[in-house]
Amino acid sequence: MTAETSGPDAGAGGVQPPHPAGNARRNPGIALDTAMFAGQAVNRPAAERRAASLVARRGVKKEFQAAWLINAIRCIDLTTLAGDDTAARVARLCAKARQPLAPHIAEGLGAGAMRLTTGAVCVYPTMVPHAVKALAGSGIPVASVATGFPAGLMPLHLRLEEIHWAVAEGASEIDIVITREHVLNANWQALYDEVAAMRAACGAAHLKAILATGELQTLRNVYAASMVAMQAGADFIKTSTGKEGVNATLPVSLVMTRALRDYLDATGHRIGFKPAGGMKSAKDALNWQILMKEEMGRDWLAPDLFRIGASSMLGDIERQLEHHVTGRYAASSRHAIA
Amino acid sequence: MTRITDILSTMDYGPAPEDSSIVRDWLQRHEAGFGHFIDGAFTAAADTFAVTEPATGQQIARVSQGSAEDVDAAVKAARRAQGPWAALPGHDRARHLYALARHVQQHARFLAVLETIDNGKPIRESRDIDIPLVARHFYHHAGWAELIADEFPGQRPHGVCGQVIPWNFPLLMLAWKVAPALAAGNTVVLKPAEYTPLTALAFAEIAREAGLPKGVLNIVTGDGATGAALTGHPGVDKVAFTGSTEVGRLIRRQTAGSGKALTLELGGKSPFIVFADADLDAAVEGVVDSIWFNQGEVCCAGSRILVAESVAARFTDLLKRRMAKLTVGDPLDKNTDLGAIVHPVQLARIRALVEQGRAEGARIHQGTAPEGCFYPPTLATGVEPASTLASEEIFGPVATLTAFRTPADAVALANNSRYGLAASVWSENISLATDIAAKVKAGVVWINSANLFDAGAGFGGYRESGFGREGGREGMAACLTLPTPVAQTPEETPPAPDASPAESLPPAAVDRTAKLYIGGKQARPDSGYSCAVAGGLAPLGNRKDIRNAVEAARAATGWGGQTGHNRAQVLYYLAENLSARAAEFEGRLRSFGQSATAAKAEVGTAIRRIFWYAAQADKFDGAVHSTKSAHVTLAMNEPVGVMGIACPNAFPLLGFVSLVLPAIAMGNRVVAVPSQIHPLAATDLYQVIDTSDLPGGVINIVTGARDALAKVLAEHDDVDGLWYFGTAAGGRMVEEASVGNLKQTWCEDGAARNWAGAEGQGRTFLTRATQVKNIWIPYGE
Repeated sequence: MTAETSGPDAGAGGVQPPHPAGNARRNPGIALDTAMFAGQAVNRPAAERRAASLVARRGVKKEFQAAWLINAIRCIDLTTLAGDDTAARVARLCAKARQPLAPHIAEGLGAGAMRLTTGAVCVYPTMVPHAVKALAGSGIPVASVATGFPAGLMPLHLRLEEIHWAVAEGASEIDIVITREHVLNANWQALYDEVAAMRAACGAAHLKAILATGELQTLRNVYAASMVAMQAGADFIKTSTGKEGVNATLPVSLVMTRALRDYLDATGHRIGFKPAGGMKSAKDALNWQILMKEEMGRDWLAPDLFRIGASSMLGDIERQLEHHVTGRYAASSRHAIA
Repeated sequence: MTRITDILSTMDYGPAPEDSSIVRDWLQRHEAGFGHFIDGAFTAAADTFAVTEPATGQQIARVSQGSAEDVDAAVKAARRAQGPWAALPGHDRARHLYALARHVQQHARFLAVLETIDNGKPIRESRDIDIPLVARHFYHHAGWAELIADEFPGQRPHGVCGQVIPWNFPLLMLAWKVAPALAAGNTVVLKPAEYTPLTALAFAEIAREAGLPKGVLNIVTGDGATGAALTGHPGVDKVAFTGSTEVGRLIRRQTAGSGKALTLELGGKSPFIVFADADLDAAVEGVVDSIWFNQGEVCCAGSRILVAESVAARFTDLLKRRMAKLTVGDPLDKNTDLGAIVHPVQLARIRALVEQGRAEGARIHQGTAPEGCFYPPTLATGVEPASTLASEEIFGPVATLTAFRTPADAVALANNSRYGLAASVWSENISLATDIAAKVKAGVVWINSANLFDAGAGFGGYRESGFGREGGREGMAACLTLPTPVAQTPEETPPAPDASPAESLPPAAVDRTAKLYIGGKQARPDSGYSCAVAGGLAPLGNRKDIRNAVEAARAATGWGGQTGHNRAQVLYYLAENLSARAAEFEGRLRSFGQSATAAKAEVGTAIRRIFWYAAQADKFDGAVHSTKSAHVTLAMNEPVGVMGIACPNAFPLLGFVSLVLPAIAMGNRVVAVPSQIHPLAATDLYQVIDTSDLPGGVINIVTGARDALAKVLAEHDDVDGLWYFGTAAGGRMVEEASVGNLKQTWCEDGAARNWAGAEGQGRTFLTRATQVKNIWIPYGE
């Protein structure tokens, strides 16, 4: 299975076309280097303490909060991943992505002129053509989950073929899932080869590697899987499919950002981060941005390096922002649904 | 509203101010000044001094300088209230403490804001840490009040407690002192620190609101003179002090010989040990939670970072990056990590020490801090143990960093301190971490964590960090006492040893020479003199013999590390060998003029008593405290270390056995000064000891002038504890002389206790022979 890859950059070529979301210098990956994570200690109680105190130590109020919530919208991969998705459903989602806030709210915030959109729209592969059509001219990238999402337990050649298909249909971002078995069995070479092959299959499309952290269980596994995915050339690492028992949590995200930092320190390559699953509230949007700013810095508060995979979060953000504009508490029935 | 688009480019946090208007209004209403809270009412403000807000330097209140008369009135009110308060059923006291806990919760934000204004600590810390711990402490001790009769049978309160607390955690330290004292049935006179008296006064209002009976809690404000009037007041039965080691020494000296119980929670220079296999990011956050918590004004702060050389560069890099992200400034802003230093005097001290460190060659790395009474987070590298920064408690946000090579090296550096309050150990290797936790001299050890507190766990230090514990069962025990035996006829000062030849001695078949017993060997006295005692000649020990004995005891390191079972075996063997020679010892006692019955009883009791302590050697163990979820908090009984024991004159054999055996059963090494007038019953014992497999140095015997030898022991900086059973004057001398290293002392009239009866043995002796180390181990993978 691994013989078909010659390296993380195979097929991607040396020169990348400019990506809609930015981050001009893509991560080319490096050779598998287990020394970068073997024996890496991750103490869970300490990570949980840090995650808890991190969001208690920082807060944003008033117009700062409004700005941070607008920023969160810019970073949302507005997502629908349901069995009953249809073209019309996807079109509705895309309309919301184009205009995430009601005009009176955007204008009330002084953001009417900034052409605010979500970071991307994220759908199943067969929905990609519908999304591409619905987003035409908007500049909003279409992200597709692929590789046998969510479990990923399909033959590799079929998973790679799925990537090719989604890219051919116009997806410029591919959210792949890794084979959890490779992590649980510490089969790092297999994991590396798999992700590298997927990266090659993506071509110009950016690859987000979903680690399904809820199934990796330990934070050491999370760190190791993060590092292998980056070494294999992932542009983003992402927590969850949204289908695991436990999805994005702050402690897991903390460990993944530390892996980003360590990879950056070692290679100079900046990798993006995407928490996803179970993030529903405006408070979540603030908390994860605080995490990024504290652990990684301001650059990780932009869509080229930070995305939030969410569906219902946008509605809560819109309610909070309307309250900011009007001083009255808002009702979701007065806002367009996604 | 173009502002929002500006923010979108910077993504700054912006201000997040806590509204302080309610507290400012309260301060405004008290503009005329606060009086003391005595006997349930506030006195009129008098002789007031200014209280300032450290963050602004502005005066926020005036409080009264407590005079000796104020202290006297408060102590008298506490005395009047104490009997009825102690007579209440535990359940009724529990209701009062429960009410205090609830009212603290209901006024939580008020107290947090007031604390931040008064002390300068960030609102996030007062809101999320200080005040919740205060409420927790009152809840926990409402529980102890309820259970006291069941859990501490036969024990009673001390009476009136005089308490002096510091400025770093003003209300939390009040709770630590007041809650257990009240739960036990004591009444309290408390003096808050002069910099930070306001939450104590607010608490007095809350106590009044909650219906606490008048006189049970009294608050007298003022400076050190007020504190000295309180700790020196003859009507105070127990003194509890938290603060500097320097003032702790003064209080130890002041209370010497007064019979007052004393607990001291003093300074620290706690090690923060990072091994190569640690989660370095976690350890970096541990540093933030240690020395950059509460502006570093934390007695247990992990201020000495010791890091494995192999990861020192990476760790230092991570730590500096983290330090750069800390925000210093307005304590009322919720995004502030480090607030204001409590007072310009303290700021000047921090600055002076850091400059001294710089002059000594330390490299100083700092974050930024605004103008005013603020100090940036600071990391000093290149700090060697000889540096001022490595040994002086700074009480500011200044950490030192030193590399070590091996675990043994780490322990040596960690213990290279006068202090022994806390330690933090970072390693993912549980064998290594627990090994280090056991070896480090500290009352509290946090594994892979730092500055964890809970009312259910004990807190307190070894060495010059003080003695006594607060929190947990051990803290509760410190607020209670067993009825103390009182001598019908106090022990008299024995005649001075006479080293000139005696007129006559009892006949002996073959002449026997008693010697000192040091390091498992018989030793001639350094003085070269002997003196006549009942039954023959005894060597006249001097300070050099004590020095040698302490060195031998210090060297016998293996004894404390042995299993209780091993120590029990040795003790049983000692009893066996004493039993085999019972007739000889009875004869010795009869030669002192005892009746045959009395001599037989004393030897028999001595043998039984050795059995009792042998039995306890593997049973007087610790506890697992119930604190936070997913944390194991171990309370381990550890030996005090090297102990001096000065034995009473009466019961020359049993007195010695009753004191030395509990000490060695718990793993201590002992330098014993036997009965001055009848030392030969003890020197006879060394032949029994020699045949009982007791390692050399565990028991050392120096005969001679008891008080002179006890004074050398009391002054000896390498003696960890001293028990003195003799005259009242000798007891006072021992307590006064113990201030050098603030060793634990236990002084009692030698004639008070009936050594032949139940008073002569028990858990009291074992408690005194041990100190509790609380080890916190958070777990989870």
